[in-house]
Amino acid sequence: MKVNAFLKKINWMTLLIPVISVVLGLVCGAVIMFAIGYNPLLAYQSIIESIFLQPYYGGETIRAMIPLVLAGLAVAFAFRTGLFNIGVEGQLMVGWFASVACAIIFGHLPKFILLPMSVVAGGAAGALWGFIPGLLKARFKVHEVISTIMMNYIALYTTAYLIKNFLYTEGERTPTIPQAASLSSAFLANLTQGSRLHWGFVVAIIAVTAMWFMLWKTTKGYELRAVGFSPDASEYAGMNVGGNIILSLTISGIFAGLAGAMEGLGTYQYMTINSAFTGIGFNGIAVALLGLNTPVGVTLAGALFAGLQTGGMTMQSNAGVPVELIQIIIALIIFFVGSGYVIKWAADRLKRKGHKS
Amino acid sequence: MFKKRIAVLVAFVVVLASVLAGCGNGKTSGGSTNQKSTFKAGMVTDTGGVDDKSFNQSAWEGLTNFAKDNGLKKGTGVKYLQSTQASDYSPNLNTMVHQNFNIVYGIGFLMQSDIQKIAQQNPKAHLGLIDAVAVDKNNKPLKNVASITFKEQQGSFLVGVVAGLTTKTNKIGFIGGVNSALLKKFENGFKAGVKTVNPKAEIYAQYAGAFDAPDKGRAIAQTMYTKGADIIYASAGNTGNGVFTEAKNRTKNGKKVWVIGVDKDQHDQGMPENVTLTSMVKRVDKAIYDVTKQTKAGKFPGGKVLEFGLEENGVGIAPTTDNVSEKALSSVNDYKKKIIDGSIKVPTTDKEYTKYLTTLK
Repeated sequence: MKVNAFLKKINWMTLLIPVISVVLGLVCGAVIMFAIGYNPLLAYQSIIESIFLQPYYGGETIRAMIPLVLAGLAVAFAFRTGLFNIGVEGQLMVGWFASVACAIIFGHLPKFILLPMSVVAGGAAGALWGFIPGLLKARFKVHEVISTIMMNYIALYTTAYLIKNFLYTEGERTPTIPQAASLSSAFLANLTQGSRLHWGFVVAIIAVTAMWFMLWKTTKGYELRAVGFSPDASEYAGMNVGGNIILSLTISGIFAGLAGAMEGLGTYQYMTINSAFTGIGFNGIAVALLGLNTPVGVTLAGALFAGLQTGGMTMQSNAGVPVELIQIIIALIIFFVGSGYVIKWAADRLKRKGHKS
Repeated sequence: MFKKRIAVLVAFVVVLASVLAGCGNGKTSGGSTNQKSTFKAGMVTDTGGVDDKSFNQSAWEGLTNFAKDNGLKKGTGVKYLQSTQASDYSPNLNTMVHQNFNIVYGIGFLMQSDIQKIAQQNPKAHLGLIDAVAVDKNNKPLKNVASITFKEQQGSFLVGVVAGLTTKTNKIGFIGGVNSALLKKFENGFKAGVKTVNPKAEIYAQYAGAFDAPDKGRAIAQTMYTKGADIIYASAGNTGNGVFTEAKNRTKNGKKVWVIGVDKDQHDQGMPENVTLTSMVKRVDKAIYDVTKQTKAGKFPGGKVLEFGLEENGVGIAPTTDNVSEKALSSVNDYKKKIIDGSIKVPTTDKEYTKYLTTLK
């Protein structure tokens, strides 16, 4: 009975849009492949086979999922308060840098202090990078889209400068972090034929739970969502709108900073001097959009994108399809999510016609 | 009725899928029969992609030439995988190692740490690394990696000689991509070449901080040309394309200036205004060809640090010499001999360069 009541509560229509979008995106991708002369079936087959049957690619998929989910959570959290955080990319970079810098500077500390400290450093740096646009928005009405985009560039060049001048080693990067700060694990690597899967997935799971709990189980979360629905009504109800905006962007920044820390302490174990953005932050926007800004949705969307990206590489090697095509498919999926209204309209029509005849 | 429509739709999709699946399976089985245990060589590009008009492209040309000469097929016998982000290097290299390629190249020093890790995880795999030396924890070269480096300073010295003998204003520019030990080899070799033949020449050197920023390259070139330089050596990958743009504009407006290209013969890139004086070519293609050939013959040069210099034809000045004077060409040949026989040791670092200058006096 309880399950039935729960199923009835779900709005199937809203769930349908992302699912249809993904299917349409894949179908359109197949049509494009077919038109250029590749075999779409072989391409998709190699993606699925590699991810589900080969432990190495399975591990790499989960590895790629960790920063994507965290970046998606960052976007989704701000969006719940009615804010577009386009600055996830920059927050991720400062988080990445801060965690690596902390790990190197305090390298002599034991693991049980150094590792949490480095993770926290990443989150804190991201929080700062989110706090500034939040403050600008709350105090001076500077639109957060503009300020967060600008903060991305500041992050890109500041981290490059800091690495170049303070933490430089050959190969255009920082030194490798000490083992005591590393999230990587020989156990997980052996389990997945030497992939770079690391313990960061635990952090991602905690973050997903934390977002759900904060937004839906606390009074503050209720306030944040209320501000998202209607700032004016919230103010009338006596809520501090400005404070909530700052808080929302700061927490969003924490998620993004953690995503960066996962890259620094898990995947790479160092930070390179980036001459361009990593793209994870921007993919995070897509993940949040496809995941309907819910924690579970973001996790699923993150898994899909990570799978497509990792599988895309085997698609390249097995079916000869260029990797760029995966980006096209992802773009198509986002396009269809964005035009969700059309899908809704088509489904409604289909339904109504059915009743008439 | 709605349900009926859905049912029809589902049936349609299932039929279509099974038909297409049939095609798919047919092709895969056909492909696998062709794949015998023949020789396979692969490379992983960095984020510049295989058509970067420079480094990656040159490497791929080396492999395709090898395929042509040995009857291998593109896509199976020789193959490349592109990386769209830095985190792709490791999975791409691993994919080729798992597919039992006889040799897998990582193109560029950015892949150094990934190659080192994979080489240690897969001791039986044969790997190649361009522009860096793969080492283990004790800083010893890894046994299953062939490290391919170039003596860029020697080639840069020769184009420096050309520049020193061609300049009319006695002012010459150098624009580097990212300030690093590798690029310093270009800068110091070039400066030494200029100063050797033209001690009065003044040299401006500046780094753009990126290999993919043509706008910055252009801005720096603007400053240098305005200061009176009439030749700029653009050693900066895609950033150098901005230098070409600026030189072309100036030449169009009646003020003749020159660019010296890098990595490949960039003569065509200077057209139609004809601004390419010469280029310092780095034969990544030749290095890859040679190492692949050795590997196929069962003589994989693992654990060795291969240095391709003038002697091995690994670096040098571009084959197109339309804009270089007879006099400059003959002195290039003289200096080439002197470098090969060891009577000139071209400096690679700032320290060596200062020392080299004192020997000139």
